[in-house]
Amino acid sequence: MSEAPDQALLAAQEDRLRRVWATSGGWRYWSAVNNTEVGVWYTATSLFFFLFAGVLALIMRGQLAVPDNDLVSPGLYNQLFTLHGTMMMFLFAVPIFEAVAILILPQMLAARDLPFPRLSAFGYWCFLIGGVFVAGSIFFNAAPDGGWFMYPPLTTNPEYSGIGADIWLLGLSFIEVASIAAAVELIVGVLKCRPPGMRINLIPLYCWYVLIVAGMILFAFPPLIAGDILFEMERLFGWPFFDPTRGGDPILWQHLFWIFGHPEVYIIFLPSIALLAMIVPTFAQRPIVGYGWIVLAAVGTGFLSFGLWAHHMFTTGLPIVSQGFFSAASEAVAIPTGVQIFVFVATMLAGRVVFAIPMLYATGALAIFVFGGLTGVMVALAPFDWQAHDSYFVVAHLHYTLIGGMFFPLIAGVYYFYPFVMGRMLSDRLGKWAFWLMFTGFNVAFLPMHFTGLRGMPRRVFTYPADLGFDLLNLVSTLGAFVMAAGVAVLAWDVVRPLTWKPKAPQNPWNAGTLEWAEGDPESPWGIRSVPIIESRYPLWDQPDLAQRIQEGRFFLPDAEEGKRETMVTTVLDAEPLQVLRLPGNSFLPMLAAVFVGGSFIAATFHWWVTTILSGVVGIGVIMVWLWTGTSMIPEKREKNAGLNTVLPLYSSGPSSVGWWAMFITMVGDGTAFGSLVFSYFFYWTIRPDFPPPDATGPGQFYPTLAAILALLAWGLMLLARHRNKAGHELKALLMVLASAFVALGSGAAILWAPYVTGLQPTRDSYDATVWVLAIWTAAHLALGALMQGYCIARGLAGKLSARHDIDLQNVTLYWHFATITALTTALVTGLFPLAVGAG
Amino acid sequence: MRRFGEKANLWFLIAPPTIWALHFLFCYVTAAVICAKSGLSADLRPIQIAIGAATAVAALLIVLAGWKAYHHWRPSSELPPYDDPSDDDREQFLGISTFLLSCLSLVGVVFVALPALFIADCR
Repeated sequence: MSEAPDQALLAAQEDRLRRVWATSGGWRYWSAVNNTEVGVWYTATSLFFFLFAGVLALIMRGQLAVPDNDLVSPGLYNQLFTLHGTMMMFLFAVPIFEAVAILILPQMLAARDLPFPRLSAFGYWCFLIGGVFVAGSIFFNAAPDGGWFMYPPLTTNPEYSGIGADIWLLGLSFIEVASIAAAVELIVGVLKCRPPGMRINLIPLYCWYVLIVAGMILFAFPPLIAGDILFEMERLFGWPFFDPTRGGDPILWQHLFWIFGHPEVYIIFLPSIALLAMIVPTFAQRPIVGYGWIVLAAVGTGFLSFGLWAHHMFTTGLPIVSQGFFSAASEAVAIPTGVQIFVFVATMLAGRVVFAIPMLYATGALAIFVFGGLTGVMVALAPFDWQAHDSYFVVAHLHYTLIGGMFFPLIAGVYYFYPFVMGRMLSDRLGKWAFWLMFTGFNVAFLPMHFTGLRGMPRRVFTYPADLGFDLLNLVSTLGAFVMAAGVAVLAWDVVRPLTWKPKAPQNPWNAGTLEWAEGDPESPWGIRSVPIIESRYPLWDQPDLAQRIQEGRFFLPDAEEGKRETMVTTVLDAEPLQVLRLPGNSFLPMLAAVFVGGSFIAATFHWWVTTILSGVVGIGVIMVWLWTGTSMIPEKREKNAGLNTVLPLYSSGPSSVGWWAMFITMVGDGTAFGSLVFSYFFYWTIRPDFPPPDATGPGQFYPTLAAILALLAWGLMLLARHRNKAGHELKALLMVLASAFVALGSGAAILWAPYVTGLQPTRDSYDATVWVLAIWTAAHLALGALMQGYCIARGLAGKLSARHDIDLQNVTLYWHFATITALTTALVTGLFPLAVGAG
Repeated sequence: MRRFGEKANLWFLIAPPTIWALHFLFCYVTAAVICAKSGLSADLRPIQIAIGAATAVAALLIVLAGWKAYHHWRPSSELPPYDDPSDDDREQFLGISTFLLSCLSLVGVVFVALPALFIADCR
């Protein structure tokens, strides 16, 4: 037995921790960056957007209740279904994953916060601004109306699609940036911020899913961002990427959209299933059966989901053999998906299940999802899909998968985690009412749609004539939709009614085994009182008195002597302590950055170019101030005692620092976007007999080659600078960085000069436009690299960058690896590929 | 210097599905390029040979990865759940997970290759 803790010491420690982690009062509350605030805002905002999009759906069902109805005009109906799909996907399903992860992941990992709290806050404000912009457009009759996947040529023609398409493209591109920011945060969080002892074989299953889904975001969202760029260039400036009369092809958009769109289905499905992977063991009161199988299923699904995108395009005339590949992969993904379901069923069978409200939703979810999965196997078969495509059968299928695979598990999570977040219990009685209304309403609404579809009703029609066999089925669907809405209303009431009406939750009310339940009181701002040593997958079940010992500050970081926010950084595989990471405190800078960067996107929608540029420049300026004042801070001492007689460094750079990993991960996503642009180039080459077209005049070989050589030189100088700096020649290193920046700008100029001087006209042909877009992308990256180099020089001159404190230089050099690859690839593709195919 | 692959890690874990992804991409790109360049009635035999070869290579690599993973797993020494905080359990957990992923990836590779076996032209 350990001796009794010194109460005075404990109180003093708690006092210091409380002061360090306190949320500001009054209007300064909104400067919070801690996950406990940002996570709640994020979750509440995405749930609000869900309700908003749900109301849009009810108006649609009202319109379709009877034939030849005129409740809404055809134009408004187009806006309704477009905005419903767009909001449910981009403003609810994906953000709620990020929201819930930001909310619960740190506590699940016994971390004080995620490694980049200000980045989370920035992501949230981007999401809020972009979301309000997109959602609000419907009040001005300006919402996007081309369907949530925005197929050209309908949507590339401003005469057909108005400003709505611009709002969609720019608003969502802005939100996608926030998603990538969250992905960076979550990957580094799971890999580097685990508590000591939580080896890779012990991490909660939720964390496995978060890791995989965040990785998927890095490869799925960038193709859409690339597509958005091409799309917006066509709408704003007439660059003909999707215009067949000038060598473009609308099918390219479908590829880019669905390379994003299908993994996205799994990006929203897996995190919800992850909630079940936490809930099912808790209520079965036993560890999950087949932990390794879940890892197989999560990783397997993550990968396979990237081989399914063209099954949305079976009716576009793809070669039958290609359809075969995608059909096969679409069926193969049923294997890992099924494994997860069987693991849950096996866990329930092996334990003694307590049928509390979260379990009710969990079982409902499995029932609905399995049904949707089976119709998914049907539409994965190309010949069946040719018949069902764009009919209500598909509408029914996708709602069964999304509501069963995402919505019901999420609500199970709401009931399960509500006491963790708010310290109060939701009502059992209301929970049951909400469940049965939603479950029944959902099935009444969507089951008949399979038949409506098989009878031939196409999706997205604003009305239908009587006596085609659709009347009764549609009426039933509408009734069901309103019953489901009643259930959602009950749920919403349960969540928002005053906290004082709800019973106080006991500590760990479900007797769960994972760490997020160790901290009893959500009022304590520090996340976890002390960071424990973990020896089990379910530490609260297996490590006696763990919660109490954490509260008594018996583990790491029980104090905040220096008055700084701190958390532990550990190794990837075995979670051995590496560093005490200083975290930045509350700040309005992330919000300001989001306002100005968002302002730039919004102004572009209305073609207010001066405002666009000004807002963008101010936004970049704010980000620079944020970086300057809040990142790679030099600590007042080298190391500190983190508790348990473990002395850890306070500063580390290169691959052992979290910032290096964040840069690496961001650049992987950036590289994927660039890869998508290169894909576009080769896509045209594949489908066109004459690419590059015989009358193309550029970009020649000289300037691309020159740009490549200069980029290599800039990169070499950076490597040398890093090396010299490490050796203590700090001034020499800064001079090299300066030289590198000039060379880099020269490289960027050469890559832009090539298409300009050879007379490539981006509005003439998709070839010219593609070369231009690759050149601009590359030049922008080189210029950004030069900006970062300028930042390093300024840091060096200000004494914030030195041989020992070289985070900035390490990270910028890492950026340069990627920027150089980008420049070389662009030079090779645009300069030398035409030679290789004999067109140079 | 440690021998390559002596210790399991996360890169090994994602190797089999990455091989699957590369194989998938190869099949898709090869068929798409040939079909686009030679017309819908193009003879697919050259593609079948290329895809057959790629499938053999991918399958071999996955089997190798699975074999390596089986050694990390060592099922004869201890059965799951491998939930002790020890080096052994970590190795065995990564081993079994990688082994299972190898099996799934192998099935995936064979699955994706099958259309090329049965479909003789691009229509």
